[in-house]
Amino acid sequence: MFLAFFLALRAAGVKASLREFLTLQEAMRQGLAGFDAEHFYYLARATLVKDERFLDKFDAVFAEHFKGVLQPRPEAPDEVAPQELPREWLEKLAERLLSDEEKAQIEALGGFEKLMETLRQRLAEQQGRHQGGNKWIGTAGTSPFGAHGYNPEGVRIGQQGSRHKSAVKVWDKREFRNLAGDAELGTRNMKIALRRLRRFAREGAAEELDLAGTIRSTARNAGYLDLQMVPERHNAVKLLLLLDIGGSMDEHVHLCEQLFTAASSEFKHLKHLYFHNCPYEMLWKDARMHAADAIPTLDVLHTYDHTWKLVFVGDAAMSPYELISPGGAISSWSQESGKTWLTRILHTYPKAAWINPVPENLWQHTQTTRLIAELMERRMYGLTLEGLDQAMRRLMQ
Amino acid sequence: MRFEGTDSFVATEDLKVAVNAAVALERPLLIKGEPGTGKTVLAQEIAKALHKPLISWHVKSTTKAQQGLYEYDAVSRLRDSQLGDARVHDIANYIIRGKLWDAFAAEAAPVLLIDEIDKADIEFPNDLLLELDRMEFFVYETRQTVRAKQRPIIVITSNNEKELPDAFLRRCFFHYIKFPDRETMQRIVDVHYPGISRLLLNEALTSFFELRELPGLKKRPSTSEFLDWLKLLLAEEIGPELLRERNAAKLIPPLHGALLKNEQDVHLFERIAFMARRG
Repeated sequence: MFLAFFLALRAAGVKASLREFLTLQEAMRQGLAGFDAEHFYYLARATLVKDERFLDKFDAVFAEHFKGVLQPRPEAPDEVAPQELPREWLEKLAERLLSDEEKAQIEALGGFEKLMETLRQRLAEQQGRHQGGNKWIGTAGTSPFGAHGYNPEGVRIGQQGSRHKSAVKVWDKREFRNLAGDAELGTRNMKIALRRLRRFAREGAAEELDLAGTIRSTARNAGYLDLQMVPERHNAVKLLLLLDIGGSMDEHVHLCEQLFTAASSEFKHLKHLYFHNCPYEMLWKDARMHAADAIPTLDVLHTYDHTWKLVFVGDAAMSPYELISPGGAISSWSQESGKTWLTRILHTYPKAAWINPVPENLWQHTQTTRLIAELMERRMYGLTLEGLDQAMRRLMQ
Repeated sequence: MRFEGTDSFVATEDLKVAVNAAVALERPLLIKGEPGTGKTVLAQEIAKALHKPLISWHVKSTTKAQQGLYEYDAVSRLRDSQLGDARVHDIANYIIRGKLWDAFAAEAAPVLLIDEIDKADIEFPNDLLLELDRMEFFVYETRQTVRAKQRPIIVITSNNEKELPDAFLRRCFFHYIKFPDRETMQRIVDVHYPGISRLLLNEALTSFFELRELPGLKKRPSTSEFLDWLKLLLAEEIGPELLRERNAAKLIPPLHGALLKNEQDVHLFERIAFMARRG
């Protein structure tokens, strides 16, 4: 029963196990779903999905698999609010705001023209709801909210569904889309991901009572108390963080700041330095990159030995000669190419990872990103919860 | 014996299905969701609806799985032995039962709430695998096996601070409480404040959902915060017209301290209000 559905789920990457599948069978046999499709959906969801990040995938597979049972999704209403917005501007907005999936959905709804209309309509609505929205939207391009100001939710085309609640099946509403693992992350989530990078060790002054040791030695001491002390447990991981700053990284500043905040509270041994585009013979202690704050990269390599773990944060996007040819650095003259320096740094730190704030599907379009990923032996990860998690696991190996 | 929600708790259809499946198949039910969506309250309400006692085990970062089973109080035994107390000869006197033992020993199957399981160490859920699966454990000191008389209904809540091990997840039913939509919220308010003025509720709901949709909020207000805010509005006798008065100068809802708990959020809100005023 539903074996094909189960297999489709697994193919889509929902980690449902055989045991869970059997549980579902058992539940069906006990008649827990009744004869209600919706109840079956809920039951299957509670049994097979154990992580809210997979709920959206589950909904998609469910919709696809049981398509014959459902009536088709109703078309979006046609009336368009008379709201004139420059088309070019809208397109740009759409590019930024809509995920690939949503774009595909739009195709299904009637292509880009239709998308423009829907977007226009949506923005008009938004203006209606937020007083003075005109101003708000207008400044969105340059204001601090620019890069991440718009919640995709605000312009989400899929929301069409909620207004036709009666007609649309629950799984078609795809309400859990925001919970997908590659969603934006906050400082707290990042801390949790970074916490993977833990290796506890007892070092320093013995200040904590060693209970087990005390009992052992008291027993050996014929019952007379013999106190034993041990040093406190610390996270002994040492992390060297090299951050790309300026230029193309500007739009990721917010995200990188969050990562930095999370990292600085998680690690006791954390050293962070800055570079521009690619590390050369100088690194900077300060993001303003004054000459006074510069330290030679070689000094860094000699000060922090191979027990430190290295994490680059950068978009790895630059013009190829900045990476390949000597003297390619845009900020100063460098004797050796960025590639040479990168190789040298990686040679010192066998445990290294590159975290890239640019979405992973765009990496292949940038030549230097591909090159650096190769130099890193593919240890490049996206700045998402999932990417961070993978990077931390890799660093612990 | 089906869970259908109670007069003080609004359960959505999917939640009911998940709870009933967990009860019928005697598996633990894992509940996740945004803070303030009623994860902990759910266990209390299940107990109430099914007329069962509730045993709550609140997990902290220092909680060990063993503490849920039993603890051996070696220190008081040592003291008793030095004072010459006769109790000292029976080790069973110093075995302190944990919540899981309490739940297993209960005559009628209780509801056991394991609250915020993600607060504990990463290994914590793994240490409870066998106990939750077979509903029995062995007391080493007294050579005794404790078996559940009736399998308790186990509700586990998590705030997602740590990932739970797969082996543990496979044994549970899972439900994610999503943030209630407007209609559900209205039903929730009706349950908590019956007889609240429609007009006020409508305005409050509009303000609240507008606030939640504000992009860039660090912490979006939750159901429980909304209920607190309503209580304040009622206590201060703030009328619906004040909420509706959404001209630029009054964009920030009254008593917003109940909803926004982060000075950056308040600041963001003020900035948007300021821009709106200029526009």
